[in-house]
Amino acid sequence: MSFEWPWQYRFPPFFTLQPNVDTRQKQMTAWCSLVLSYCRINKQYTMTVMEAQESPLFNNRKLQRKLPMESIQVVLEELRKKGNLEWLDKNKSSFLIMWRRPEEWGKLIYQWVSKNGLTNSVFTLYELSNGDDTENEEFHGLEESMLLRALQALQQEHRAEIITLDDGRGVKFFQ
Amino acid sequence: MDRFAWASGLLEMNETLVIQQRGVRLYDGEEKVKFDTGVLLLSTHQLIWRDLKNHECCIAIPLSQIVFIEEQAAGIGKSAKIVVHLHPAPSNKEPGPFQSSKYSYIKLSFKEHGQIEFYRRLSEEMTQRRWENMPVSQTIQINRGPQAGRIRAVGIVGIERKLEEKRKETDKNISEAFEDLSKLMEKAKEMVELSKSIANKIKEKQGDITEDETIRFKSYLLSMGIANPVTRETHGSGTHYHMQLAKQLAGILQSPLELLSPEDLVNACKMLVALKLPLRLRLFDSGVMVIELQSHNEEEMVASALETVSEKGSLTAEEFAKLVGMSVLLAKERLLLAEKMGHLCRDDSVEGLRFYPNLFMTQS
Repeated sequence: MSFEWPWQYRFPPFFTLQPNVDTRQKQMTAWCSLVLSYCRINKQYTMTVMEAQESPLFNNRKLQRKLPMESIQVVLEELRKKGNLEWLDKNKSSFLIMWRRPEEWGKLIYQWVSKNGLTNSVFTLYELSNGDDTENEEFHGLEESMLLRALQALQQEHRAEIITLDDGRGVKFFQ
Repeated sequence: MDRFAWASGLLEMNETLVIQQRGVRLYDGEEKVKFDTGVLLLSTHQLIWRDLKNHECCIAIPLSQIVFIEEQAAGIGKSAKIVVHLHPAPSNKEPGPFQSSKYSYIKLSFKEHGQIEFYRRLSEEMTQRRWENMPVSQTIQINRGPQAGRIRAVGIVGIERKLEEKRKETDKNISEAFEDLSKLMEKAKEMVELSKSIANKIKEKQGDITEDETIRFKSYLLSMGIANPVTRETHGSGTHYHMQLAKQLAGILQSPLELLSPEDLVNACKMLVALKLPLRLRLFDSGVMVIELQSHNEEEMVASALETVSEKGSLTAEEFAKLVGMSVLLAKERLLLAEKMGHLCRDDSVEGLRFYPNLFMTQS
């Protein structure tokens, strides 16, 4: 997966919230898409707003343009409305960025489990996201709250069950 | 498209269906809207559009909202259209599908033909104005307000006065309208005869123009609205008078009955832009003055601004003003207009405010 900045990233007006409603709609679509791609490439599951402001994502140093805080908030709100973002605190200082939906993660995890004949086994959450066995998998390093959502999605489909273990939580996969 | 209101599509007691056409699509100015497949109905009072797929979806606009219509011929892959220029929506308008619109005109696109006949019928209805003589329920009769119904012109006072009195008594009807016209023509005939006679006398240097002829001629001029004391008393003098006139002008383009003195007309036209009416007075180098719809002129200006900005990549208002040779204020207005119409977008930074071609719309 190679990442290329979209043409908008080099277009100065991209960093100004457009007053024309139709233009703004296009602008927002492009921003949402960029945020998701960027986070996907960097395997970033969570972010703070401060972090976001200074990251290359919203701050194009070469172009000498950065998206102002107010506008960043507008972009984040768009993502939230689309279901790709969840605030992690009341102050809206940090958020979960879901460039993949929980169901999609669940599917990937289950595929790995069944491919390796590991159904009916029990895993700790840590094993799944950080174990050696999953090192080459896309879900390796998956942030805990995302992982939990993914497993909850599988649970809904009766393909897994989240269980409580001595030192935390785990999951059992079904055939 | 903000002039439309949700409607039942049912006709009232005094209302008749004139023509209907399937396969009509609506445009808000230059932009397509979701009303893409419907039946367009013309009645004596309104224009109704009903969705073919969903009969519950029905919108209408009173014919009194229409200033003026034009035909747009079909092209390759494009259906023939009728462009309908509209008055601003009145404040008491019933709710409709659009809260606001940047355009003061809509287009009717005839995907299954029928444009020619529809245009002919619609023109006819616009000329006859039958909706004025056959009042229907409140929701259809809009365009009330300071003008209170029928637009009055000021001009031929003698005739006008007599007709005014008549109109106040009873409901208007077509025969009265024709009565006005025939009386007017009688007077005009008399005046033409008199003018001819005077002109001849001057030409042939035949005899003197009698005092009687002079007095009659002057009285005709007076009744034409030049230095007309009675009218100005009614509407105030000077500017206020012209302002009222300008407002009325914007609504009476197609009426055959009103006459104005050229002077009053010109002064009123100068007010058009100030009053933000959708018409403007344009002065050509030859001295000819033309009233034109603002939308035409705007489109030209915006297209030219876009070209200039595209050539240079991006421009500030100051740079644009210098290039084109206009005041910075006017330059900024033009750029803002182009932005409002979606042709330009802005870059607002510490470096200042710059305008770029709107690549968000043109680039995928």
